[in-house]
Amino acid sequence: MEHSEQEVIAKAEQNATASLPLPEPLIRQSAQTSGTGKVIFDVRDMSVWYGGFKAVTNVTLPIYENEVTAFIGSSGSGKSTVLRAFNRMNDLVPGARVEGDMCYRGASLYAKDVSPIAVRRRIGMVFQKPNPFPKSIYDNVAYGPRINGQRNKKKLDEIVERSLRSAALWDEVKNRLNTSGLSLSGGQAQRLCIARTIAVEPDVVLMDEPASALDPISTGAIEDLMRELKSKYTIIIVTHNMQQATRVSDRTAFFYVLTDSTSDTRTGVLVEYGPTKQIFEDPQDPRTQAYVTGRMG
Amino acid sequence: MAVTSHAQAEPPKVDLREPPSWRRTKNQIVTALMVFAFLLAIIPLGFVIVTVIAKGASVINWSFLTSEIPVNTSPANFGGMGPAIVGTLEITALATAIAVPLGVLGAIYINEYGGKGILARIVRFMSDVMSGVPSIIMGLFIFTLWTLHFQYSGLGGALALACLMLPIVIRSSEEMLKLVPDSLRQGSSALGATKARVTTTVVLPAAAGGIVSGALLAVARAAGETAPLLFTIGTVTAVNKNVFSGANTALPLQIFSNASSPFTGAQARGWGAALTLIVIAFVFMIAARLVTARFARYSH
Amino acid sequence: MSSLTRADSATPAESAHPLAQRRPLGDRAFAILALTAGLLVLVILVLIAISTSQQASSWFSAEDLSIFSRDWDPATNSFGALPFIYGTAVTAVIAVSISVPISLGIALLLNEVVPQRWARPIVYVVDLLAVVPSVVWGLWGILVFAPWIQHIYSSIASGVNGIWVLGFLFGGQNISGASFFTTGIILAFMVTPIITSLAREVVATTPSIDKQGAYALGATRWEMIRGVVWPHSQGGIVGAVLLGLGRAMGETIAAALVIGSSPTITSHLFSPGYNLPAVIANQFGESTGVWRSALMGTGVLLFVFTIIVNVIARGVVERSARRARGA
Repeated sequence: MEHSEQEVIAKAEQNATASLPLPEPLIRQSAQTSGTGKVIFDVRDMSVWYGGFKAVTNVTLPIYENEVTAFIGSSGSGKSTVLRAFNRMNDLVPGARVEGDMCYRGASLYAKDVSPIAVRRRIGMVFQKPNPFPKSIYDNVAYGPRINGQRNKKKLDEIVERSLRSAALWDEVKNRLNTSGLSLSGGQAQRLCIARTIAVEPDVVLMDEPASALDPISTGAIEDLMRELKSKYTIIIVTHNMQQATRVSDRTAFFYVLTDSTSDTRTGVLVEYGPTKQIFEDPQDPRTQAYVTGRMG
Repeated sequence: MAVTSHAQAEPPKVDLREPPSWRRTKNQIVTALMVFAFLLAIIPLGFVIVTVIAKGASVINWSFLTSEIPVNTSPANFGGMGPAIVGTLEITALATAIAVPLGVLGAIYINEYGGKGILARIVRFMSDVMSGVPSIIMGLFIFTLWTLHFQYSGLGGALALACLMLPIVIRSSEEMLKLVPDSLRQGSSALGATKARVTTTVVLPAAAGGIVSGALLAVARAAGETAPLLFTIGTVTAVNKNVFSGANTALPLQIFSNASSPFTGAQARGWGAALTLIVIAFVFMIAARLVTARFARYSH
Repeated sequence: MSSLTRADSATPAESAHPLAQRRPLGDRAFAILALTAGLLVLVILVLIAISTSQQASSWFSAEDLSIFSRDWDPATNSFGALPFIYGTAVTAVIAVSISVPISLGIALLLNEVVPQRWARPIVYVVDLLAVVPSVVWGLWGILVFAPWIQHIYSSIASGVNGIWVLGFLFGGQNISGASFFTTGIILAFMVTPIITSLAREVVATTPSIDKQGAYALGATRWEMIRGVVWPHSQGGIVGAVLLGLGRAMGETIAAALVIGSSPTITSHLFSPGYNLPAVIANQFGESTGVWRSALMGTGVLLFVFTIIVNVIARGVVERSARRARGA
């Protein structure tokens, strides 16, 4: 970088408070990694407001098909907010507003006549704390297909088995599909939630710190699962664990909290985005470097 | 920023518009039903209040509020409900004076002294059960225990109302005491205060707003109760300023007897009494909310 | 502070420890006072049971089961309470049947549909239902509502007379505004705020993360409610319904005014009837001797029934609250 670290940050902060477009985040377009290279999500200048609070400012990045993209950054940098914008889960927060452009396969996600329900059918989500419904394992997985109109018992059986197999849970639960989903251990419950999510055959799976509430062995199982699933789905994962990002993701986006001491406002911004190897071994922005080497965050 | 162009060989745009209509319709129907349920609940309420105001206001004037109760056959603008208003106020006041201190003390027992012990659990459970006992049973009870021996009096009615109010005050006070953080109690104990002192000088003042508010709601409820008074206070047509001896009357009682009367005069006076009673209950309810808003330091 | 100077404590003769002391008198007295107040509840309940049963003894001691006969006629000295038991059951069931769907609808509306800001004023309005005294509901009921709805009853009755189940329930010749059904309706209005507030508490305990999970799968709001909120809330709602039932059973004055004061057992809901609290309210004043004892006994029956329903209801509510916390 030609400018000093201080100057870059100061300029960026100044721009944030003046609401001028921020300096372009560093987005590296090097060769595609494992996916097809096609852009699934085209995000341009997206900002998210919660009431009067601008949580995320001017995020621009493309997400590629059949890759695992990791969002990393310290707390409050907006990673989860951006993740939830992809499947319109922010709609559930009163006062939430999205500005800018988010396109999914060419169609804008926030256009006037878009149905969030149709969006979520295609873009699924796994949460940090496993949340199996108070129903049987079978009914948990069958919930999604059922609300989409699938009533045929045989078909449902197939879907349930297929989903549980894909989530690497079938062998453990195949003999007790009728027991409550609440009776599973943390790691199993999370795999159940993953099975439930892929039962509706989505296109994209979003994961919000999916393993942070689990023990190391379950975490390993979930990470293996991610690697298998990416051949069929596109996965975006938010994680606090940098080693996890290096283990599972093809591409990484680093988010950062910009604070403006004069107006005492904070907002999250995208600082750097590129293939995981490069982000971690050769970060360009000093803030990225500080984070991945552990000096910050 | 360069993005791989997505103009080549693109499948038709993804359709993100509405899901199949039957799902949306079901959702809309259910939402409409919920709103309909709300309307079903408040429309009759509106009718009642409007009717009471319309029919009652035409009867109420200063003379109505202060005159004695005439015979039922008198025309509408004769007499008034003076004795009943006085009776309601004094009997309810006496009941409050009996029930609130006892109720707060009972709540103090459950929350501060009883802890997780079995006796505290029993007392709490029983006070819940008692709040479900029909008010007419309280009337029969006091009739048996008191009125049979001491004749009709405002005190008898107050006792019956107090039985009704007691479990309500206990439960609402207990909720308020539970909300007071333990750190306050520990801070006071650490200074060497006895439990009684901790409770009276720290816990009660902290919960006072909420307790008063709960008590006001109990008073609103008691002022409107008829059944406990039916067999305990008798009936009079003139004001009885002595709430401890001699028969008395109260607004709910008068409304009850006037409602069954075939004479339009009595019915009109009944509407007037009903309006007065609703206003009284309303005043207490609003007072309760004001106290909560202004004084309750801890609330849900 | 007096507790520090220990001026009022007994000399610690029983212990050499300098900080040991007997509890100051004031502290002890307060504790005893609080305990007494708490026990008062138990004492009152027991006294109620004893005193009323005693007064009712001459009625209860009838050799045959005549207290449960269908015949209540003071003139002939027959005091069978069956019509009142029947009436209490019928009116309470009608009240709850009308009130539960309404209360559930309002509870879901407030918790899941309406934005937070609007929820509070709406709750205030619903609570207003509870502020209207029972006797005012009765006054309006008998002077305004009953005459008006009698026309509707007559039309329905003439329409369904002869049609199987409908005629059985809603037909008949003795159509009156003051009847079982009217009582059920008025009771429903009175019971709704209670069930609504309890149902809201129960529905609010549904974990937000479960709701998000359902939405994330693309569920509509109704699908989310049916799939997630309902399984979580079932137990608690049953408890709330039972509590409403108990309250409807005991509601006296409104029933006394609009039930029609006719001790008959009939399936025709548009006909006048009677129930336990109403007959006590209406007849106690002029009763004497065995009649009075019978009314007392009716009171005892009512007491027992409501306590049973309330205990079961509290048990159900407790158990589901425990399960919600544990799960």
